[in-house]
Amino acid sequence: MMSTMEDAQPLVQVTGATVRFRSDTALDGVDFRMFAGEVHSLMGENGAGKSTLIKALTGALALDAGEVRLGGEVVRFATPHDAHLAGISTVYQEIDLLPNLTVAENIALGREPRNRVGAIDWAATRRLAHDALAALGLEIDPASVLGTHPLAVQQLVAIARAISTDVKVLVLDEPTSSLDFDEVAELFRVIRELKARGVAILFVSHFLDQVYEICDRITVLRNGRLVGEYLTTELLRIDLVQKMLGRSAAALAERQTFDAPDDDSSVTLSARGVTVLPGIADADVDLVEGEVLGVAGLLGSGRTKLARALTGVDRLEAGIIRIDGQERRLSSPRRALSLGVVYSSENRRTEGLIGELSVLENITLALQAQRGVLRRIRSARQRELAASWVEALDIRPPDLDRPVASLSGGNQQKVLLARLLALSPRVIVLDEPTRGIDVGAKVEIQNLVGELADNGLSVVFISAELEEVLRVGTRVAILQDGRVVDVVPSEGLTTDSLLAMVARSEGDEA
Amino acid sequence: MNAVMKHRLFWPVVVLLALILVNTLSRPSFVSITVQDGRLYGSLIDILRNSAPLMLVALGMTLVIATRGIDLSVGAVMAVSGAVALQIIQDSGDAANPSVLAVAIGAGLLAGLACGLWNGFLIAVLGIQPIIATLVLMLAGRGIALLITRGFITTINSDPYKFMAQGYVVGLPFAFYVSLAAIAIVAVIERRTALGVLTEAVGINPEASRLAGVRARGIIWGAYAASGLLAGFAGLLYSSNIMAADANAAGLYIELDAILAVVLGGTSLAGGTFSLAGTVVGVFTIQTLKSTITFLGVPPAVTPVFMAAVVVLVVLIQSSRFRRWVGRLGGRLSVRSAQPVERTEVAS
Amino acid sequence: MTSTQTVLTGELRAVTRPHRFMARHASWIPVFAAVGILVAMVVGAQLYFGKFLTPRLVSSILLDNSYLLILAVGMTFVILTGGIDLSVGAVMSFTGMMGASLLRQGLPSSVVAPTMLATGALIGLGVGVLVQYFDVQPFIASLAGMFLARGLGFVVSLNSIKVTDRPILWLQGTRLQAGSGWYITPTGIIALLVVLVGAGLLAYTRFGRTVYAVGGNEQSARLMGLPVARTKLLAYVVSGTCAGLAGVIFTAYTGAAYPLNGIGTELDTIAAVVIGGTLLTGGSGFVVGSMIGVFVYGMIKTIINFLGVDQSWTRITIGALLLLFVVVQRLIVARSARRR
Repeated sequence: MMSTMEDAQPLVQVTGATVRFRSDTALDGVDFRMFAGEVHSLMGENGAGKSTLIKALTGALALDAGEVRLGGEVVRFATPHDAHLAGISTVYQEIDLLPNLTVAENIALGREPRNRVGAIDWAATRRLAHDALAALGLEIDPASVLGTHPLAVQQLVAIARAISTDVKVLVLDEPTSSLDFDEVAELFRVIRELKARGVAILFVSHFLDQVYEICDRITVLRNGRLVGEYLTTELLRIDLVQKMLGRSAAALAERQTFDAPDDDSSVTLSARGVTVLPGIADADVDLVEGEVLGVAGLLGSGRTKLARALTGVDRLEAGIIRIDGQERRLSSPRRALSLGVVYSSENRRTEGLIGELSVLENITLALQAQRGVLRRIRSARQRELAASWVEALDIRPPDLDRPVASLSGGNQQKVLLARLLALSPRVIVLDEPTRGIDVGAKVEIQNLVGELADNGLSVVFISAELEEVLRVGTRVAILQDGRVVDVVPSEGLTTDSLLAMVARSEGDEA
Repeated sequence: MNAVMKHRLFWPVVVLLALILVNTLSRPSFVSITVQDGRLYGSLIDILRNSAPLMLVALGMTLVIATRGIDLSVGAVMAVSGAVALQIIQDSGDAANPSVLAVAIGAGLLAGLACGLWNGFLIAVLGIQPIIATLVLMLAGRGIALLITRGFITTINSDPYKFMAQGYVVGLPFAFYVSLAAIAIVAVIERRTALGVLTEAVGINPEASRLAGVRARGIIWGAYAASGLLAGFAGLLYSSNIMAADANAAGLYIELDAILAVVLGGTSLAGGTFSLAGTVVGVFTIQTLKSTITFLGVPPAVTPVFMAAVVVLVVLIQSSRFRRWVGRLGGRLSVRSAQPVERTEVAS
Repeated sequence: MTSTQTVLTGELRAVTRPHRFMARHASWIPVFAAVGILVAMVVGAQLYFGKFLTPRLVSSILLDNSYLLILAVGMTFVILTGGIDLSVGAVMSFTGMMGASLLRQGLPSSVVAPTMLATGALIGLGVGVLVQYFDVQPFIASLAGMFLARGLGFVVSLNSIKVTDRPILWLQGTRLQAGSGWYITPTGIIALLVVLVGAGLLAYTRFGRTVYAVGGNEQSARLMGLPVARTKLLAYVVSGTCAGLAGVIFTAYTGAAYPLNGIGTELDTIAAVVIGGTLLTGGSGFVVGSMIGVFVYGMIKTIINFLGVDQSWTRITIGALLLLFVVVQRLIVARSARRR
């Protein structure tokens, strides 16, 4: 498996890296290495342990077990700044610079040249910044304020800062997620330049095309464990996706296109040309009464964006949505809810539940909000309503007055579902409803979704786990780069064949 | 017993009772109530009477704080409403005419409501930070009040108006009934309609509330409107007490007392679940504290030093960092226990 | 590939170039706006009153507002870190009372004045510790400082204390004439020096730049290895020290100390700083802007004096200007948030 460079000494050598969060093991005995002058990619789905490994490497997080060696020496960093001083610099997706200061300051902050009386020598500071930028072939006015530049330029400035010390390892965490095509090319030019200088670059991105374009080697993680380290040239794209998702060899199944139902009356919600940039562009979806539409796509394909666009959470930049054949503008979640289109967010805590409020209050919240402030649901009725949902969905413990934050993940999800179902919706969009839930509760929720459809609801079921998309979905929409590229019936489909569709790109067609 | 101790009102009530106990021990006359002409007199009755303006303001502040906001302008609003009412009475030349008084009181309340709506507009619609938005009115309000009174301290002589703050009904001060009525009305509106729970939802998690279809904007706006209206009424009580509209002195620092009362009552400044009962206890605590300070012979002007001490104490107790720090100190004194390092970060 | 690259670099360059001036000096625009308002007020007043702007008037604006200028410089530091300091008016009043009382007891002003500054610094330190180490909101922490200083002022004395100390009175009484009505007092010189030192600290020291960094994004500043805690603490100490110095100046200005002095001054100070173009969310603003803001404040007061209308219009106008600036700031922030 470890093919080349066996003779060379790795610049970075992580062995047996383990990180635990309370009871969860985020990283479990992972080995990882990087060589000078290579671009290395770290791949894995959400929760694979990528971020944790990066944090451990860059001093943002301490290892519970294992060690990090830099140039053969064991190193321990208390803060990211310590790591930076030792030669490991990081540029995060959310650029950690100061938009209110100048480009020069952002590069030189904390080590500005000073004159004899101890005042900052601005001319020298600008020169230093100019040189750092010029070394990357960038011409950016060092005296300009960082925030006035587009994100791509800010990203390049962040890289300039990162390498303006004696950098050995540069970590780029999702650096391209908000860049357009041209900007990515410019970034890649800089990366190649650094590589030529012998810097080891860790490139983390969910864009497979980019990984294949720029990276020499790929390390794959899954569920906090190491899957393996591969040469990019020797790893087929389909194999990479399989390793990330944990599937065995692929079999490209014969696929048949499913025609949208001719009977228009059964279409509850139909979306055409839905666009919310960045994220989804020109997506078409039809939801049918009594059917579960599974949505499958890789991370970054626009799964969540699609859900938010269909439910009035994000405003459409283009496209139309028809509900029961009538064109509707979903200007707010409130509007969508009143039209019977409800959304359960993948972020239960931040976008779903009101943690400090009770189970009862959480269940009745949306219904109460629909009725308005004055038409309060009588206490007895609230209790009856909540109790019936607690029983129907088997929420445990069946204590209506307990703060919802104290419930387990699965039961929290059920409370959120109960809130939405209390509205008697027509369309329910579930984004990762089973994430972070134990196996038993997961099956319960999957079965529940099926029952909902049997009762005439249109359900959209989004999940990163293809197995459950297939299990729950009547049809499956394949999402790539923010577009629905195909809709196929799940019957006769295997996870492997679905995987092939999800991972396929134009380049792979042959 | 344990359940009682865990109740959110336990500590606020304990503090209030302790304060009353200390007072009683140092001067038994504190709890004595005398009857004269069918009216009750005594320190406790004074506390009930004098706390009325603060009670009104603190109730409004509770609602505002529940939405994660703050209203610094309440003192200035009091000045405005008092000025409006008294100027109308003075200009009418007939200070005893009930219809004049009704118009004056109505106009004063409307002025307060208008101020609250203005604050709410800046915060809920324009999205300006509450501290700053209400600072604008805090600055300009007293100036407006001075304009209304034409730069003077408007004084009137009207027995019916005086009755509001100084009159008695069935042996108890009328102002106390005003407090009771305000508490009851706010409690009914918050807890008998869905306003209370929706306000808490918006205060705890604005985004989740939006996704659940809660009209956050209207709720926040309403909270500031209520605060303005209540402050308006407080301004009327204040002016009735001194029978003058003093734009500079009316409600001076009351915003701070009100915030303190809310916090003492166990409502967090970070917004969310609020307790009207806690605020009521907090108001009585502050009023008792003030009475204590006066009794101790400290000039009322020095009261702020005690208030500073209370503020620091309360915020420190609310600060998790301080509690951890104290806990560590305690831990060092007792048996050393190896505590696992708590991780706040989450894997991703 | 190479050919596209050059094109791309060119494109990126094109984005950065045309608005070079804006890109460099965007944060000065609110200051220019304040200058514009100041000029407009002066021109308007000149047209309306016929004879308005005289050297005497300009000189007296500096004289009458030197304490406010000093407070505004300190407040600028705190607001730049994203905080707020409500204690300054009370601290100014208290240090004034304390100083006057010490002088009355016969201590020389060479001891008293530094004591006043140190007392201000100490209260600032207390506020800073609450904010930085106990996560208390700046608003509440400085409120406690305000209560404390207010009360302590009354502890010193409930009545006004007259100051007869010569050096202190000299600060105010000496008018260094410069012909044709121009004059400046030592208090004015001190205030301008404070502006100069404040501006220098912010522009030319690592402490000053860290103040901006903390206000821009505290988390990022910490990741960059900057001394965030120390800087925030120091900002409150600077503000406290300025309040102490303002106590000296204000005592000299009124020739007496009174415990009710400076009520509402914290609001005037914040208003002046905001009108001077400092963003209340922190990270953007200048001491020089705050100086302009103080002059706007002084000019409003003077014009209202000239108009002979009620002084309460001052607060109303200041409130309205504050509102205008806050709304404009809000719009700017909203626009840049959309662009991201």
